[in-house]
Parts: sequence; C-alpha cells; structure tokens
Amino acid sequence: MKQISPEFKLISDWITPNSRVLDLGCGDGTLLEHLIDTYSITGYGMELDPKKNVQAIQKDINVIQSDLNNHDLAEYFDENSFDFVIMTQALQVVSRPDELLDDMLAIGKQCIITFPNFGHWRMRLQLLTNGRMPETDTLPYRWYDTPNIHMCTFNDFEDLCEEKGLEVVARTVVNAQHRSTMGMRIAPNLLGEVALYQVQKKS
Amino acid sequence: MSQSLGVITPQLLQVERPLTLVSGAELPRYDLVYETYGELNADASNAILVCHALSGDHHVAGLDKDQKPGWWDGYIGPGKPVDTNKFFVVSSNNLGGCRGSTGPTSLNPETGKVYGPDFPMMTCRDWVNSQNELRKHLGIEQWAALIGGSMGGMQVLQWAIDYPDKLRHALVIAAAPKLSAQNIAFNEVARRAIMTDPEFHDGRYLENNTIPKQGLSLARMLGHLTYLSDDMMGSKFGRELREDKLQYNYGVEFQVESYLRYQGEKFATKQNFDANTYLLMTKALDYFDPAAEFDHNLTKALAQATAKFLVVSFTSDWRFSPQRSHEIVKALLDNDANVSYAEVESEHGHDAFLLPNEHYEAVFRAYMQKLVNELPEHSQNGEQK
Repeated sequence: MKQISPEFKLISDWITPNSRVLDLGCGDGTLLEHLIDTYSITGYGMELDPKKNVQAIQKDINVIQSDLNNHDLAEYFDENSFDFVIMTQALQVVSRPDELLDDMLAIGKQCIITFPNFGHWRMRLQLLTNGRMPETDTLPYRWYDTPNIHMCTFNDFEDLCEEKGLEVVARTVVNAQHRSTMGMRIAPNLLGEVALYQVQKKS
Repeated sequence: MSQSLGVITPQLLQVERPLTLVSGAELPRYDLVYETYGELNADASNAILVCHALSGDHHVAGLDKDQKPGWWDGYIGPGKPVDTNKFFVVSSNNLGGCRGSTGPTSLNPETGKVYGPDFPMMTCRDWVNSQNELRKHLGIEQWAALIGGSMGGMQVLQWAIDYPDKLRHALVIAAAPKLSAQNIAFNEVARRAIMTDPEFHDGRYLENNTIPKQGLSLARMLGHLTYLSDDMMGSKFGRELREDKLQYNYGVEFQVESYLRYQGEKFATKQNFDANTYLLMTKALDYFDPAAEFDHNLTKALAQATAKFLVVSFTSDWRFSPQRSHEIVKALLDNDANVSYAEVESEHGHDAFLLPNEHYEAVFRAYMQKLVNELPEHSQNGEQK
C-alpha cells in the first residue's frame, strides 16, 4: 500500500465503499487514487495546475482542468451527482467560500472540507503580542502575497453552517501533524490547527 | 530519445463494395490511401487511428517520398507521445480528399471523366463508415484509440457514438460538437470565394484545364486567419511594413498581408489542393451535428459511447474555443463517462494542436502512457522486472 498523508487517511475513514466522489483541487490525484484502490470509488478530480493535472492523468484519474473562481460547479455537474464532494485545504483560497459550499452541497449529498484554524492560540498570540498578521509553519505567507484570502476559525465555519442550515455530521480537529489530543477535544477552536468537517443539508 | 520513422510508403485499400452515404447517394467503389507506422501486436490490440483535419491527409508522421514530414510528426513516432515502438498507428486520407483516396479528382466509373462537382457530399459519418472498412481490412477488432484534432476530433466523436465497441479511448483535440453560426459563416465566405472565381466553371475546372486559383487562395487566407490568434498575429507581425515607409497604394504593404497571400498562394498552387475537395470538406464540417438525431441533446448522443475520453482545448483558439470542448466534456460528465480534460495555455490559436507545447505534450504523453500500460505485452514485461 502506498503511503498517504494522515489527513487523507482521516478523510478516507469517512468514505463509504463504491461511492461517487468529486475531489475539488485534487492536486496530483493521490487521494482519489487511494480511494479508488481502497474503496472502489468512482468519480472525478478537478485541478487548475497543469503539472498536477498531468500527474493525475498518469495515475489514471479522471481529472478536469478548471478554475473554480471562474466556473461554477453547476456548469459541470447536475444536482446530486456525488455521494461526497471533497475539498482539502482550499476553502480559504476561493473567492466566495460560502457560495462554493452551496454549490458543493447542490451536486453532492455530503461535503468533506479541511482547512487551517485561524483561531489557534498561536495566531491569537502573534496578533496580540506583535500586532501583525500571524505567520506560522502551516501558514507561512505574508499578508500581501498569501493565497489564503478567506481565513476563518472553526467557530466562524460552524456559524456559517448554522446560517445555511447545514448539519455537521462529523468533525475531527487535529494538530499540524494530524494528531488529536485531549486539549483539542475540549477547546478545539483554541488548540486545534486543522479541522476536517463532514457536512450535509439538514434533512 | 525520439527518432524519425524514415520514409513512409502509402498503401491503398480498394473497396469494391458500394458505400451508401448519409445523403442517400451511393459510391459504387472507392479507394482509401493510408499510411501505417509501427507494428501491429499479436492480438491486434495496439492499433490507433488518427483522423485528419480539413486540409490534412494520410501523411501524419515520418517522411514522404519528397522528404516532407507528416503533419503530426512532432507527436507521433518512436519515443514521441504516440510512440510507434508501442503502437500501430494508421491514418487514411478522407473520402472526397485529393491526396489519393477517391474524391472529386478521381475518375467517375459511370462517366469515365473526373467526378469534379458530381462527387457526392460527404459527412463525418460517411468517413467513419469508410474508415471502418479499413479497420476490418487491417484485422483490427477494436482500436486502442482514435485520435483527432479539429475536424479529426469530430470524426473521433462520431466513431465513439456510431461504433462504441470498436474503440477503447477517444482523444478529441481542439474540436467542437457542432459548428457555430460564425463557423458556418466563415466556411460560406470561403466557398463563395472559390465558386465565384471565373476559373471555377461550375466545378468542372479540370475538364477546362484550369483551376480556380484565386478563389482557393482567398478561401485559404480566410481559413488561415481563423486558425491564428489576434495576440499571436500581433506578436509575429504587428504593424510591421515590408518597405520602410507607407506606399499609399493597394500593394502588399504590411508583413501580415504578405504572409497571408503567401499562405493562400502556396495552398492553391504548390500544395495543389483541389477546390472541390475544399468545398466538400467545409460542407461536411457544417453538417456535423451528432446530437441532431438525439433531440439535439449531446448528452443523449454520447450516452452509448463507452470509450474513455481525453478532451483538450487551447486557450487562444477562437475557432473551436475551450467553451466548445467544455460542451463535449459536460455531455460526457452527464453520462458519468471516464473523461479527462486539459485546457492548454497557448497563444497559437487553433493551430496550437499541431505545434510544440510543453503542457500539451505532457498531457498527451501521460494519457498515451496509460494506454501503453493496458497493452498485454506491457503487463508481461512488468512481470519480468
């Protein structure tokens, strides 16, 4: 079995076998390849970067090159086309995360989303003590060149889900090494660095 | 390292059975001229058919007897994206062509004279049906892949719809599911240029020992324009002059004028392209609309296709823009088909599908490597390792 990242391992645990999956920003197709090999899923990846597209084709992944800031998902897929729509570490880079979330839940029954927590205590401390935008190992950019234009905290995201009438089916909060501690379970928005959310429309 | 295929000798398939055409007309018999590259493997599973575009022909790769390289030699050959060390590649000149397959310049067996304007109208489906005869002749049960750019890509689509079990992969490059009104309009202007040339003689110019050189040349100039992008023409020619100052006359003043005239002239004289063939090919393009018989629904048209698809478009192509490829991709996605899509950054317009481009080549190579991995000899080699 090929090595996959801890985050992909955590996502895989939520995927049901033989389901239809769309991976937004699928990169080189590693996650989809793993899901195909392990759970016999079918589906597609979408990726903007030409080099990563080529790598995904090399893995025999169905990959559609697209810029989701210029195209709506509805241009590609009908409603309820997928069991899972996955987006890893990309919510914060799109122009309208709230609209993308709507689009994802229009074409998929459930969404799996991962993103970094801007409410982590190190961020809060840096802003408090330095009075400057935080820079960390997981978010190493300067404020002006960062692709992460829509940073949020776990609480912010859950507020958005609440506003949209979305149900958080499952949540896993981990540190940068994708391990969970007791502290993170007690105070996730303060101690968690990365969150994985599984959400769906409230039935 | 990639090498050349060397000089290729075309072959001829003579089909002595009539071919009933979409128009209702019938060709009593026909020739198909074709070239092959590489070796057919033991179970005939490594065959690829390459379909050509409007002014293309069967000479796709290697050199012809005049040492001229094939029109896709950059992408097909030993060690190239379509690797002739692995695949048996076939390409034929379309019926109605002027490079050796039966067409308007061939003799009409019923009259003993050249067909000229009496050659029946062709459609993509007629071409596919004739290419299917070539498939049978070569002993190929199923193509590993069909590959085509522009009008060639349309034939690939037609194959995937009409003979779904005869191909495993479909590579549709810089194509469209049908022509737009603007596309048809450009074709019509090209046709009017040819048909209003005094030397056209209602299409019987060969019997009159002449050719509608001016009209054909104009048609080509117009066509050529639609293959280039504004940006590319700007960077290549800009407003550069032939002389160092304006002449204030109707001669060739700007470099772009000189270039276009040269392209038109070359096509009509040096390349000796037949005007009736040009008319016929543009009509076949206009007619192409596989969705028409499925309630004008491309999704329904492609529902029976079982091939896996690679669709490629080029950002500056305005003849068949990325949006047109997107229509094909959408219809395939609607059918949950296996499809990958690449939108290649290029400034070369429609012509980009023939030109070197790093991303394009990488996508093409990656997809074709996938096909190599499916070949039986590959899995045997894999076991030896």
